[in-house]
Amino acid sequence: MSQATFRIWRSEPGGGAGQFTDYTTEISEGMVVLDAVHKIQADQAPDLACRWNCKAGKCGSCSAEINGKPKLMCMSRLNSLDLTVPVTVEPMRTFPLIKDLVTDVSWNFRVKKGLKKFKPRTPDAADGTWRMAQRDVDRVQEFRKCIECFLCQDVCHVLRDHDKHDEFIGPRFFVYSAALEMHPLDSDDRLQDLKDKNNIGYCNITKCCTKVCPEHIHITDNAIIPLKERVVDRFYDPVTRLLRMITG
Amino acid sequence: MAAHATYAYDVLVIGAGGAGLRAAIEAASAGVTVGLICKSLLGKAHTVMAEGGMAAAMAHNDDRDSWKVHFADTMRGGQYVNNWRMAEIHAKEAPDRVRELEAWGAVFDRTPDGRINQRNFGGHRYPRLAHVGDRTGLELIRTLQDHTTYLGVTVHMEHTVIELVLDGGRAAGVLAYDRERGRFHVFSAKAIVMATGGAGRAYKITSNSWEGTGDGHALAYRAGAELIDMEFIQFHPTGMVWPPSVRGILVTEGVRGEGGVLRNSEGRRFMFDDIPDNYKPQTAADPEEGWRYVMQDKTARRPPELLTRDHVARCINREVKAGRGSPHGGVFLDIAWIKEKIADAPAHIKRKLPSMYHQFKELADLDITTTPMEVGPTTHYIMGGIRVDADSQESTIPGLFAAGECAAGINGANRLGGNSLSDLIVFGKRAGEYAAELARKSPQPRVDEGAVERALAASLAPFERGNAGENPYKVQQDLQEAMQALVGIVRNEGEMQEAVAKLAGFNERASRAGVDGHREYNSGWHTCIDLRNLLDVSEAIARSAIERKESRGGHFREDFPDKVAEFGTFNIATRRQADGSMQVSRRPVKELPAELKQVIEEQKQ
Ligand SMILES: Cc1cc2nc3c(=O)[nH]c(=O)nc-3n(C[C@H](O)[C@H](O)[C@H](O)COP(=O)(O)OP(=O)(O)OC[C@H]3O[C@@H](n4cnc5c(N)ncnc54)[C@H](O)[C@@H]3O)c2cc1C
Ligand code: SF4
Ligand code: SF4
Ligand code: FES
Repeated sequence: MSQATFRIWRSEPGGGAGQFTDYTTEISEGMVVLDAVHKIQADQAPDLACRWNCKAGKCGSCSAEINGKPKLMCMSRLNSLDLTVPVTVEPMRTFPLIKDLVTDVSWNFRVKKGLKKFKPRTPDAADGTWRMAQRDVDRVQEFRKCIECFLCQDVCHVLRDHDKHDEFIGPRFFVYSAALEMHPLDSDDRLQDLKDKNNIGYCNITKCCTKVCPEHIHITDNAIIPLKERVVDRFYDPVTRLLRMITG
Repeated sequence: MAAHATYAYDVLVIGAGGAGLRAAIEAASAGVTVGLICKSLLGKAHTVMAEGGMAAAMAHNDDRDSWKVHFADTMRGGQYVNNWRMAEIHAKEAPDRVRELEAWGAVFDRTPDGRINQRNFGGHRYPRLAHVGDRTGLELIRTLQDHTTYLGVTVHMEHTVIELVLDGGRAAGVLAYDRERGRFHVFSAKAIVMATGGAGRAYKITSNSWEGTGDGHALAYRAGAELIDMEFIQFHPTGMVWPPSVRGILVTEGVRGEGGVLRNSEGRRFMFDDIPDNYKPQTAADPEEGWRYVMQDKTARRPPELLTRDHVARCINREVKAGRGSPHGGVFLDIAWIKEKIADAPAHIKRKLPSMYHQFKELADLDITTTPMEVGPTTHYIMGGIRVDADSQESTIPGLFAAGECAAGINGANRLGGNSLSDLIVFGKRAGEYAAELARKSPQPRVDEGAVERALAASLAPFERGNAGENPYKVQQDLQEAMQALVGIVRNEGEMQEAVAKLAGFNERASRAGVDGHREYNSGWHTCIDLRNLLDVSEAIARSAIERKESRGGHFREDFPDKVAEFGTFNIATRRQADGSMQVSRRPVKELPAELKQVIEEQKQ
């Protein structure tokens, strides 16, 4: 058995102020950061707040910033970290703090409510359902892998640094919109909203979101860029055509 | 000390897994007001973890399938102590419920002709599980969650119900606290749907999350509802065993459905050594036939790795006990071997089992496309739960409905894989429908202040004891160890009596548990509250298991290793008596009607 030190964000009740507190605990083979946090909770700090459910990277509850990087605590193995120095564990910084490692992510649920829902076309197969080929659903399935961990939202500078929560829906909801737009059965149109209400234009394709996605969804390449292209094709097409003419 | 806020709904749903969400959708669509309470954030309930798929006899991959075969499979899996009417409704209605998900945006894997693809699973005669790779639960919960978003259901996330309050013997409301501030909230409702999921946290090794503390079971029990079948716990044969911190995490049966085989340390496929007589006609004679089955050859029979979970779990247990286990106390599950059979095996495995590939890669540093996994049994599912009426899902308490894992009946002594997700949507819908119907003709009930105040004071007592009290985590750990060791996969009278005695001790310690700090998001405090539920559920499991002096399905006793016909004629029920003690009694299994008997006979070959 060896030991490691975890520098965990502890807040005063009600959010607001807080500071890092160091906890040294025993560690064993195969442990992940969430195990260490649980051990600390059980032995030293019973009122330490954190979220988790599945402990297997499937529910997206345990998002945090580990050594400054947005990650799932349950999928961060200790042997991938430098344990000669304290491991910092802090809450996602883009969302208001509730307590310790727990943040208020309710904004995300409100954003979803404001987006147009799935609207299937009339069933066209004889049995009253639809036919879809696997190759046509592959891309949508990639988007539907999203576990709503909101790590991509946490890292996106439009939200994190520029605080555009009222105007910009963030990468998670571009993925959501893409899943609907590219759904073989959906018959609604979200391009106007994406352009005017959701301000997809604010995204300058830094790809930070893609880098942190624990589900390895190609957020920028497969969701955001194709959506941007559709918006451009619809609303700015004459301009691009003109540009193309000029630049040859 | 008064509650912070009060709410009144027509229908109140407790739990936002598949069952709760489906119930909320149905009730809201019926035009009544609906409140939905859950312990975690929306979309994080246990259902999200389900992997393999949901069973529905749509007959897309094999047109010999029908509700009759599904019904017969479910009854045989449950060893005929199921509530046959539930099994019948489930088999008949599951296909429509699955198609409905597609109409709400779910994107299932497809067959070559573009329909919903169905896969093989243990105990199901034909390929029957609609699935999305190995993340079917995520697809189910997200579809229902997104659909709910637009129906005007009021969701109270991160609220925990701690007391069910009755009014004149009828369900009237609940008391809950919110995690964020630790404030109390009172909800009154004309009808309440319990959809709180399972109780795996009563055991040390489990695939269940922290939420699985049997709250709904215990809340209903303490309010006087009857529980049945509590002795039937499903130990899933394949949980991870290494490294220690992931012990118990599920390895989907889909691995075996896709051709994964079990071997002991001698390299032997030990599942061929012990095939129960009633499954012999449907089990492959040799590995070659088993592989053809995996390749969907309709003339082939299924490999013995796909026998029912209780049986596979006991076989693994036997190999380990006999010293033929893997280095860390499991056996080997090998999917990599299929490279002998198909050309692009690694790519195929990654496509069919992406999250399993991911899970082992990230948590165990192991590549399942090249290396066998180590697996062993893990506590997975509870067949027992709140006794309900098959059609309406109403419990023995008027106005209290139950659906999903916290309700009992459909599974009998053992659940088939894939039958839970379909159970959630079939009976979630029914519970929502009947709850709404009852609500429409009922007045808003009165929630007794006194009862609320008492429950509230009791729940705050741990703060008065502070750190000087018992450490709740320690009591929980001791409880889990005792249940694991004494009421686990292989049981006997002496050990179970010991467990009952120990539970009394844990109860006493739990009543002295204390915590420090504030009420905001205080997991120590939450653990104190959960403990009560775990203790009640554990006692019901142990006492029911003592009463069933035979072996059947998930319940195996080394002192009574055989099935006894007489015990197939009743279910075991537990109920709280006025003095607080637990009454154990036998309830006759309702006789099958002739036409269903015939269905079962027809399917016996
Ligand atoms: C890893 C894993 C894989 C599985 N794979 C499959 C599969 O492939 N196919 C299949 O059919 N089944 C599978 N199962 C089983 C299946 O997932 C569960 O039985 C099912 O999801 C339970 O659903 P539920 O709606 O009853 O409850 P859950 O999804 O467990 O939800 C319970 C809800 O109740 C809430 N709740 C609980 N207590 C309280 C309280 N006191 N106050 C307020 N809210 C409360 C919780 O917050 C949660 O929202 C699997 C299970 C696991 C663990
Ligand atoms: S690529 Fe766009 S959405 Fe993603 S982090 Fe960068 S700015 Fe945000
Ligand atoms: S897209 Fe990826 S990072 Fe963003 S919420 Fe979904 S899973 Fe998390
Ligand atoms: S606990 Fe579910 S993703 Fe980490």
